[in-house]
Amino acid sequence: MSVLEKTNSGTSNEAPREFVSMTVAGQLFGIPVLTVQDVLGEQRITCVPLALPEVAGTLNLRGRIVTAIDMRRRLRLPPREKGASAMNVVVDRGGELYSLIVDSVGEVLSLPAEQFERNPPTLEPHWREVSFGVYRLENGLMVVLDVEKLLDIKRAEAA
Amino acid sequence: MDDLLREFLTESAESLAVLDLELVKLEQNPNNPDLLGNIFRLVHTIKGTCGFLGLPRLESVAHASENVLGKVRDGELEVTPEIVSVILKSLDRIKSLLSALEQTEAEPAGDDTDLKDQLNAIAEGKALPKAATPAAAAAPAPTAAPTVVEKQAEAELAAAAEAHAEASRAAAVAAIEEQAAREPSVAAQSIRVHVNLLENLMTMVSELVLTRNQLLQILRSQKESEFAAPLQRLNLVTSELQEGVMKTRMQPIGNAWAKLPRMVRDLAHELNKKIDLKMQGAETELDRQVLELIKDPLTHLVRNCADHGLEGPEDRRKAGKPDTGRITLDAYHEGGQIVIEISDDGRGLPIEKIKAKALANGLAAESELASMSDEQIQQFIFRAGFSTAAQVTNVSGRGVGMDVVRTNIEKIGGTIELRSKAGRGTSFFIKIPLTLAIVSALIVEAGNERFAIPQISVIELVRATANSSQRIEHINGAPFLRLRNRLLPLVNLSSLLKIAGAADKKTEDACIVVTQVGKHTFGIVVDRVFDTEEIVVKPVAPILRDISMFAGNTILGDGSVIMILDPNGIAAAIGDAGMSHHDQSAETATAHASTKDERVALLLFRAGGDTPKAVPLALVARLEEVDVKAIEISDGKPVLQYRGKLMPLVTIDPAYSVKTEGRQPILVFADGNRSMGLLVDEIVDIVEERMNVQLGTEKTGLLGSAIIAGKATEIIDAGHYLTVALDTWFDPDKASADGTKSDAKRILLVDDSPFFRNLLTPLLSVAGYDVTSVEGADKALALCEAGKDFDVIVSDIEMPGMSGFEFAEAVKSGRWQNTPIVALSAHTSAKDLDRGRKVGFVDYIAKLDRDALLNTLTQTITTRGAA
Repeated sequence: MSVLEKTNSGTSNEAPREFVSMTVAGQLFGIPVLTVQDVLGEQRITCVPLALPEVAGTLNLRGRIVTAIDMRRRLRLPPREKGASAMNVVVDRGGELYSLIVDSVGEVLSLPAEQFERNPPTLEPHWREVSFGVYRLENGLMVVLDVEKLLDIKRAEAA
Repeated sequence: MDDLLREFLTESAESLAVLDLELVKLEQNPNNPDLLGNIFRLVHTIKGTCGFLGLPRLESVAHASENVLGKVRDGELEVTPEIVSVILKSLDRIKSLLSALEQTEAEPAGDDTDLKDQLNAIAEGKALPKAATPAAAAAPAPTAAPTVVEKQAEAELAAAAEAHAEASRAAAVAAIEEQAAREPSVAAQSIRVHVNLLENLMTMVSELVLTRNQLLQILRSQKESEFAAPLQRLNLVTSELQEGVMKTRMQPIGNAWAKLPRMVRDLAHELNKKIDLKMQGAETELDRQVLELIKDPLTHLVRNCADHGLEGPEDRRKAGKPDTGRITLDAYHEGGQIVIEISDDGRGLPIEKIKAKALANGLAAESELASMSDEQIQQFIFRAGFSTAAQVTNVSGRGVGMDVVRTNIEKIGGTIELRSKAGRGTSFFIKIPLTLAIVSALIVEAGNERFAIPQISVIELVRATANSSQRIEHINGAPFLRLRNRLLPLVNLSSLLKIAGAADKKTEDACIVVTQVGKHTFGIVVDRVFDTEEIVVKPVAPILRDISMFAGNTILGDGSVIMILDPNGIAAAIGDAGMSHHDQSAETATAHASTKDERVALLLFRAGGDTPKAVPLALVARLEEVDVKAIEISDGKPVLQYRGKLMPLVTIDPAYSVKTEGRQPILVFADGNRSMGLLVDEIVDIVEERMNVQLGTEKTGLLGSAIIAGKATEIIDAGHYLTVALDTWFDPDKASADGTKSDAKRILLVDDSPFFRNLLTPLLSVAGYDVTSVEGADKALALCEAGKDFDVIVSDIEMPGMSGFEFAEAVKSGRWQNTPIVALSAHTSAKDLDRGRKVGFVDYIAKLDRDALLNTLTQTITTRGAA
């Protein structure tokens, strides 16, 4: 987070930062490339009964068990249509692997700091909580997600 | 040698080696506080351990050295070469005592006053006595240590400086040589490895196990594969590796108990009580780290039992109990956990006292207490700052009480429960989970999802159908099952886990996994039961950790992730109220007590007549129930379309009349690709019984009768029915063509039990082998003499006269030395396996594991053919 804060306040001398871009329900999101462990196609997911609604289930990544998070649910977006394809973006959080289920994964973008902006005040509070800010891209706005906060799902929130 | 002692010796040898080095360094840098601190700590540890192990001589020497070092550390003394010499000397004394200890396992008698006097003199800041110059310091007064002679000689020569120097050199050389010669033994037999290294190894082995499972799964789907043999080997090696690595981390719980008998004895003395300490299950192994962590809580609990729990002899006599109070420690594995029971037969928890104390300490208001059950009140003893001992004794009642015990146990993910009866005693149950473990689990399906249930808590599987005697009944919506004169509460897994769409599903036809948690038994209703698999318990992600239903998750052989159910969590979810309080433990105890006998799981059923019939469960491939109308007649015989094939059906005897409507239970026997069904009236039960078959029946299809579940029961000959159904069905000419079976592989079956001979001979014949069976090793060897040849020998291990092992040795040294031998035994322990391999058995199969037997035979013969 501190690095990004610097980016925000800093000068244009800062090196451009790299993000993996992805879309969820038409919205472009990005997460820092170094937090991404793997990008996978659609996987067989085992559902975990009684788990939080955001938890889609678990999957096997080369012998490691990965907890899958349904990004649409996490961001309170409408559920994916039946038969629509999905992608898994695997991230590491304190030694545990999590997979973010998104609609599609785009390219890795190298973005200059001056295109970054802190969360606009009109952004929905729920989204503001899990994002660092927004990059102004030529073809739209990309919300930079805070993986740490994204995975900090509380039971109360689900209720 | 005692493990503790061995460990102490290893540890001390290491410490002393370090000390020697550090002291020399200290002499050169006398003001280095780090060095001093380290030296002090090492000496202190040695002293502490000696005291703990009851080695007074060593302790006193170490103590005196520690005193001096303490003063040096605190700046009261300065490091001088004299001080260092004396300390080095005391270290040498410790070394010589240790080596004597290693040889005799006892401290040698003797006296170290001289050395201690010197040390104490230094500690008190007095100048060393004149004799204690460096020269004399090397010449201590006589001791009983092994170096006495040299030292004594040395002392006598002290006056003559020249001679002395030489002698002392000689002595020093001798001492060093002596030491060098002795050092290896215990210290060299073990090495210390960081726990992290073992942990990493364990993780890697876990991965290996998973990969192995995956490979085996692939292998199973392939009929013939050249990978079969190497994979089998890989399988074996992996299992052994896994076991080995697990062992490196495990220690018997007895290690934590070692000092308890002494403590209890001392306590009994101090408190004027008679106490008998009983320890059971000391060999129960648990993770070393866990062991360390429960040592203190255990000690505390035992101490509490002795102090609070047990009454004095007077009171006991008054209460009509024997003078001697009893404290029992019991450890065992249960449901993937280790349970440690600590109980006494004392006065039980005093409810009134606890109430008063809770009130006095402001833990609860009077009105609250009034509405509490006794159990709830007892729980107060786990609250902070609670002690009921009327007076603070040396033993307990110092305020660090049960709350600390509970906190410590909960820290390692364990639980502590207590049960107390006034006048009868108190029991504590500590449960510690076995993390890291590889367990065998039953894979079940509920609501289209698969789950694993740890096999250890599964007692049996029951299939309930709407129109059999085993059906699910409801009381006010709650399902129950009548199981052997008991009412078993049921819980539907799909609805328990709130799996969507499961609620409306009828549960009339279901599989019930009878599960035992502690003393409670309940049934988990699932849709399907698959296989058992060895699984590696992996902890669930933190985000899922608050779901108490799951003990972990794992990856199955097919690569899918599945959740492992936690029977404890399920039991808790059902709530105590729903549980059958029937004391299952007595039942299981008797079941376990006689596992040495050949206990066999038998399927009881009725067919044609009232006499119950039985067949070994292992022989039955599946139980089916079909609509009678589905049975068709082809070629004059009843058949059933089953799994895309026609399955021949046979009746128990030709006179048996098949029902004309309703549902027909069928026992399916399978043989490779072929299967056949036996029509029966009713499937009654599955029991585990000692099979004592009394032969002599004339009836075909029966092996004989036995007493099972208290009733005379006919044991049917599955082999007979297989022959009836399959031989005539698939190969009607075969029966008459005995003489032409020249290419059939010849098997020699050696088993003293007529039951098994009768059982296996037809089975093997049907599988296409030419079987000769004999009842003893001597008969078999006679065949060898007679010039007969076989492709494989299958032999029992426990036989009167010549045992299987001896037989194998005899075979390997005779004309049949190239004939492979497969062992068949009721119990296969690792030791048996080893011994079996040594004497030349190619494989080892549990009796009644029919598939394994046939597979092994095929493999053995193929391997031999290829060789």
